[in-house]
Amino acid sequence: MSESSISESSSEAGPQSSTVSDIVIRFAGNSQDGIQSIGGFLARLAGRSEQEVMTFMTIPATISGGPSIFQVRMGSGEVLSAGDEADVLVAFYDHSYANHIGSLKKGGILLYDSDHVEPDETKAGEYHHIGIPISSRTIEAIGGTARDKGKNIFTLGLIAKMFDLDIEKLERLITERFGNKSASILETAMSAFHAGYSFSVENLLKVFRLEPGKAKDQDQVVMTGNEALGYGIIAAGVRFGAGYPITPWSDIMELLRRELPKYGGSFIQCEDELAAVSMAIGAGYAGRVSITGSSGPGIALKSEAVGWAVMAEIPLIVIDVQRGGPSTGLPTNVEQSDLNIAIYGGHGDSPRVVMAPATVEDCFHTAIEAVNIARKYSVPVYILSDQAIATRIEAFPEPDLEKICQDISPDLSPVETHKPYDLSTPDGLTQHRPPGTWIMDGKYPIATGLEHDEYGRPTGNPKYHIEMTAKRRNKLRALAQSLPKPTIYGPPEGHILLVGWGSTLGPIREAVDKARAAGDSISAIHIRHINPLPPGIDDIMARFHHVLVVELNDEGLYGYGQLASLLRTRFADPKIRSITKTDGLTYKITEILDNVKDFLELEAAKN
Amino acid sequence: MSTILAEPQPPKDQDRPPLKKKDIAADHPTWCPGCGDFSVLAFYFKLIEKKNLWQEKITTVAGIGCSSRFPYFVQGHGVHFIHGRALPFATGISLTRPDLHLFVFSGDGDAFSIGGNHLNHAARKNVNLTYVIMDNQVYGLTKKQTSPTSPLGFKSKTDMWGSVDRPINPMKQLIGAGATFIARTTATNPKHLMAAMEAALDHNGFSVIECLSECTEFFAGAFDATNPRKGGDFMEVPKDHDVTNESAAYKLAEDSFPGYFGTFYDVETPTKNEKEAEIIEKLQSKVQGMKDWEILKSNFDKMK
Ligand SMILES: Cc1ncc(C[n+]2csc(CCOP(=O)(O)OP(=O)(O)O)c2C)c(N)n1
Ligand code: SF4
Ligand SMILES: [Mg+2]
Repeated sequence: MSESSISESSSEAGPQSSTVSDIVIRFAGNSQDGIQSIGGFLARLAGRSEQEVMTFMTIPATISGGPSIFQVRMGSGEVLSAGDEADVLVAFYDHSYANHIGSLKKGGILLYDSDHVEPDETKAGEYHHIGIPISSRTIEAIGGTARDKGKNIFTLGLIAKMFDLDIEKLERLITERFGNKSASILETAMSAFHAGYSFSVENLLKVFRLEPGKAKDQDQVVMTGNEALGYGIIAAGVRFGAGYPITPWSDIMELLRRELPKYGGSFIQCEDELAAVSMAIGAGYAGRVSITGSSGPGIALKSEAVGWAVMAEIPLIVIDVQRGGPSTGLPTNVEQSDLNIAIYGGHGDSPRVVMAPATVEDCFHTAIEAVNIARKYSVPVYILSDQAIATRIEAFPEPDLEKICQDISPDLSPVETHKPYDLSTPDGLTQHRPPGTWIMDGKYPIATGLEHDEYGRPTGNPKYHIEMTAKRRNKLRALAQSLPKPTIYGPPEGHILLVGWGSTLGPIREAVDKARAAGDSISAIHIRHINPLPPGIDDIMARFHHVLVVELNDEGLYGYGQLASLLRTRFADPKIRSITKTDGLTYKITEILDNVKDFLELEAAKN
Repeated sequence: MSTILAEPQPPKDQDRPPLKKKDIAADHPTWCPGCGDFSVLAFYFKLIEKKNLWQEKITTVAGIGCSSRFPYFVQGHGVHFIHGRALPFATGISLTRPDLHLFVFSGDGDAFSIGGNHLNHAARKNVNLTYVIMDNQVYGLTKKQTSPTSPLGFKSKTDMWGSVDRPINPMKQLIGAGATFIARTTATNPKHLMAAMEAALDHNGFSVIECLSECTEFFAGAFDATNPRKGGDFMEVPKDHDVTNESAAYKLAEDSFPGYFGTFYDVETPTKNEKEAEIIEKLQSKVQGMKDWEILKSNFDKMK
C-alpha cells in the first residue's frame, strides 16, 4: 500500500481516513470458507470502477477443502502483479495466521477471526493486530446453520468499510450473484454483508480510500485465464473439443461442455487423453478445427497422436495448463516446465507451433491467433498456459466481439482435383479437404501417419521423406517470418535485458520499473511465440551486455532453463543466461531483482 | 447462428452413373497371397456398389496393422491413423459430420489390445459408425507375436513355448461393453460376410462385426474348424435366437471357438450423436435468434 498522497482527515466519528494508490489484501482460510468468492467480488468491483486489479490464488490439492488463499491487489495505476507483500492479511484460522504472517508487510494490518486465531502478541509492535469475532458475529447475523457460507460475505462487508469501497456496486454484485437463487439465500448474503459493514470498526486505526484512477472508456470484463482461453476458443469459431479431467485444465473443458452446445457444437468427455486427442484430430480432419487440452501427465499421453497430426498436416489446438512436474508433481502449483514437451515432445522430426499467453486478456486473443495459425499452416498448435494465469482474475477491456468472432465452418465445395500434400506450393502450405468433398477427378486423399507422396499414399522413397520433412519444416519457417518482433519494455539498449514468457510478464515488468527507478539500466522482452521464434530477437539482444532469461523451471543439467536453452540453441550466444526457480509459486519482484543483483556481483567478481 | 454442420454439395445421384468397382478400388492391396483381408475388402467394394455409397458419403478409417492398411486400397476419403485409436478418431468425425457414414477397420490387436479401452467406450457411448474387426488371432504386421485372441498354447515369437494368457472372448467383450449391434462372420463365407456388412451399415448406432480373417503367413489354418471346405463346421446363430436378449447373446457367446456365426445382438437405443444433438437443440432454443457473437456477449455481460 503506497500512501502516496497522505491526506489524513478525521470524520466526525470513527477512524481516520487516508488515500492510497494501491492495496494488497491476502485472505487465508480453508477453501470451503468461500474466500475465493470474496476475491471474486473485489476483482469485479475493481473492473466496474476506475481501478485495475490482479489476483492470485492457491487451491488445495485435496478434494474437500484444506488451506487456501486468495490475494487481491487493486490499484489506481497499472497493476502488473498480485504484489510481493500484503498490506492486509485476513486470517481465519491459526494455521492461516502461522503460514501467512510472513507475507504481511511490516506495519501491515492483521485482521483475524478472534474466534479461532490467537496471534503472537509479541508481534503486536510489528503489525497492527485487529481481532474481530468473525465466526460468532456471522452466526449472530444470519443464524447458525449457514455459518461457513456467510463468513466470507461478512468479511467482504468488513473490508468494504475498511477501504471505503463502493457499497452500492458491491450490493449489486451480490444481488447478481445470488439473485437467481432463492430469495432467502440473497437475503442471508445481504444480512451477512451489512453485518460486516456496520460492525463496529472503532478499533480499526484508519479507513483507506483508493486514489481515483483513470476513467475507463470501455467496459471491463473480469475473468480468470482459464475462462479467457475457453471463451477465446469459442470466439475463434471452434465448435468441437474433447478432453479428460485434470487440474488445472478441467475448468476449460467444463466451460466448453457447458457453452458449446449454444453454438451448435459439443465438447466430449473421453475415457482418457489418448482418446481425447484422437477425437479432436478426427473432428479436425472432418473439417472442424478442434481443441483438446490437459496438464502435465495428460499432455505426455497425447504425444503420439500429435505426431500424427504433424505428419498428416491436420490442424489441432492443444491447451496445456502447466503445473509442477514431472509425473503428478505439484498439481496445484505453478511451473513453466512443459516448454520442452510442447516443442519437442514427439518422436521423429515433428515441428509444431507453441504459443504462450502472458496475461488473462492475452489468453483470449492467443486462443484466436492459435486457431488461425493451426488452420493456415495445417499444424498442431500448443497453447502453454499455467496454473497461475489459469486461476487468477484480471479485468480487461471488453473485446469487440462482433468484429472478433469468427465463423470457420468447413468448406465442402467440390474441387476438380486435390493433392493434400502438394510439394509445389509456396512455403509448403497446403490445405486439407475434409471428407464429404466431391473430388471430381475421382482421386481421393488419404490422411496418414506413414511418410507419403502428394496424395497421401505411403512411400519409403527417400526423395519423399526428404521433401515432405522439408515441407513440414518450411511452412513453420514461413510462419516465423510473419510474426511480429517482440516489443521492448524499457529503452532499446542498455546493460541488462530480461527475457520472459507466459505468466511472469507482470513481475518482470515491475522488476524493470523498480530497478530503473533506482537508476539501473535494464529492459525486458516477453516472448509469446515460443516455437517458431519471431524474428529480431538477436538484434534486440545485441544491444545489451547481459541477457537473463527468467522462468519458472529448473536450470537443468547444464545450467539453463527451458527457454534459455532454446535461445542458446537458436542464437549460440553465450551471454544468454538463466534465472530459474522451482518453489511452485509465482515470481516476486524482489526475487527477480535479487537474482539480477547476484548475477551482476558474480560477473564483477570474475573481472 | 452457425451450426456444426456444413452441407456437402455433391451432384444429384440421378445425374451420375452408378458406382463401379473401378471407381472405388485404389492401389492393389499389398497383403500376402491368400490373406483373408482380401475378401473383406472385396465385400466392402460390393457393399459400396450395391448401396451406391458415393465417395462424399463415406469415410474409411483404420488403425495400424496389416488389416488396417485397408483405406489405402479404397478410392475414397480415408484415414490411416495410429495403432489402437481409430475409434476415437472416427468418433470425432461421426459427431461432427452426421452426413457421413463411417467404416472403421482394425485387427484383433488394434481392437482388443492397444485399443481395448476405446472399444469399450465407443460401444457404451453408442457412437454411430460401423466397426469391422479383422481377427486373425495373431499380430500380422509385426510378424507373429501373440495377440489377445490367440488360443492358449499358440506358438509365437513372444510365446515360443505356447501362449499362456487366456484369450479374450470377443463376443462376450462386445456384449459387455454395450455395443448395440454385434455380429460374427468369417472371410471365407462371402454371402454371410456381405449380409453382416449390410446389416451393420443399416444399424443406427455402434455396429461391430468380428470377422475371422486368416493370416496365411503366420497362423495358417487357424480357422479350418469353421470352414466346411476344410472339414470344419460353420454353425450359424440358431434361427430362434432373440437378438434383443442380452443374456441369450451372452449364452451364445459361451463357446467362443469355433463358435456361432451371425447376429448375436441388435437393439435400438439412442446414439451418442442423437444425445448430443438433443443437448444442442435444447440449449440453442434458449439463444434463439442470437448471432454467435451475441451469445458470447451475453456471457461477457455477466462478467462485468
Ligand atoms: C504405439 C504402437 N505400438 C506398436 C506398434 C507396432 N504394431 C503395428 S501393428 C501391431 C499389431 C498388429 O496386429 P493386429 O492389430 O492384430 O493387426 P494385423 O496385422 O494382425 O492385421 C503392432 C504391435 C505401433 N505401430 N504403434
Ligand atoms: S502377414 Fe498375415 S495378416 Fe498380414 S498380409 Fe500377410 S497374411 Fe495377411
Ligand atoms: Mg491380428
